Amino acid sequence: MQDDLVLRVIGKILIPYILLFAVYVQFHGDFGPGGGFQAGVIFATGIVFYALIFGLQQARAVISDGFVEAMLAAGVLLYAGIGVAGLLLGGNYLDYFVLSSDPIHGQHRGIFWVELGVAITVCGVMIKIFYMFASHGDGGEHRQ
Amino acid sequence: MTHFTYMATVFLMVAGLYIVIARGNLIKKLIGLSILQSSVFLLYVAPGKLLGGTAPILSPEFSLYSNPLPHVLILTAIVVGVATLALGLAITVRIREAYGTIEEDEIVALDQDDFHDRPENQS
Amino acid sequence: MHVLLILMMLAVLAIARTRNLFSVIVLSGIYSFLMATVFVALDAVDVAMTEAAVGAGVSTVLLLGALHLCRSDEAKPTHRPWIPLSLSTATAAMLIYGALGLPGFADPDAPIHRHVVPRYLQNEIDIPNVVTAVLASFRGFDTLGETAVVFTAGAGIIALLRRRKKNGKEGNPDAG
Repeated sequence: MQDDLVLRVIGKILIPYILLFAVYVQFHGDFGPGGGFQAGVIFATGIVFYALIFGLQQARAVISDGFVEAMLAAGVLLYAGIGVAGLLLGGNYLDYFVLSSDPIHGQHRGIFWVELGVAITVCGVMIKIFYMFASHGDGGEHRQ
Repeated sequence: MTHFTYMATVFLMVAGLYIVIARGNLIKKLIGLSILQSSVFLLYVAPGKLLGGTAPILSPEFSLYSNPLPHVLILTAIVVGVATLALGLAITVRIREAYGTIEEDEIVALDQDDFHDRPENQS
Repeated sequence: MHVLLILMMLAVLAIARTRNLFSVIVLSGIYSFLMATVFVALDAVDVAMTEAAVGAGVSTVLLLGALHLCRSDEAKPTHRPWIPLSLSTATAAMLIYGALGLPGFADPDAPIHRHVVPRYLQNEIDIPNVVTAVLASFRGFDTLGETAVVFTAGAGIIALLRRRKKNGKEGNPDAG
């Protein structure tokens, strides 16, 4: 699909906006519809779109396999880490009231980091699933 | 007609169930399963709607909100549903590599031939 | 909204009858879009965004990827459909009998509007989007479990579809 001029031009125009929209949905999840899941999926859709138009090799050069696998685990660790931070600062597990001097501000902080963790994991899983399906058909040049 | 939404939900559920049990192709079965799942989501979200209410985003201009609790449960359920769909498709791809087909009847027949061909089962 | 529901029923009937798998996948994408629109009509905006992104976006891509790897069309059905059809009709009858006992559509006295929800809507933690507040703060443990489920699905797919280069042969050594 790399030879199709229309697809390449539209891709180059749209993909930055798709990624930007994903970041917008992530951060405005508190004030409008949105949140971690939606943002992760929209970001992964942008990357999949890039991989479909410009080829899997190019997409792997931008976001490598190791990075995606690290994203998978990092999100869950971040979420669980916020819980442990609540424990260390004197409250219960996943208690947001103790994360800052003002309990309401602590809630905002806790929700921010937790949604970020969810978005990272969901994005990583969707991209990784696409990479695995797309490269399964090629004869084993995928690295271990 | 107050129950039309529920009737439509039941129809979608049973249609998904029919696709799962009556069709032999594995990919089609998985699609039927996902139709069954999304009809259950509709069943959960529909009773939460209040006429004259608005989306559950608090704002000083509105006073009546639709019930946000089903939305939370369904949000998790949708993402878990796509995760199971992806796992089911991965298993289907491996079955295709092992048996050469993804039709249920042919897979069962191949397994039975395999069973009869084993030396301990030869009569 | 009734029109959307009727269109969804038509789409599902078409999915059941069509044998070309590519058309079936496109129809399932159409079904997911209609479902997302119905969710907007029911004031469930977060759910609609997730259903549109996940159901009509990612799930269509995954199905097309699997179809490319499997490369087949559905075979002609060899069995008579009477037993599944009668089973489905019996299930439908039981479900309709149960659904008649549900509260009417948009009934404000339904039991789900009592108990916990008035407290959630009271904005204790100053976050306007109630669904995000409930997901991340009031019911944070559920979201932790759900993130772990998504991670496990990813790990499972890595385990299933990984290829090993072994003496020039393709595919995993068969584990049985």
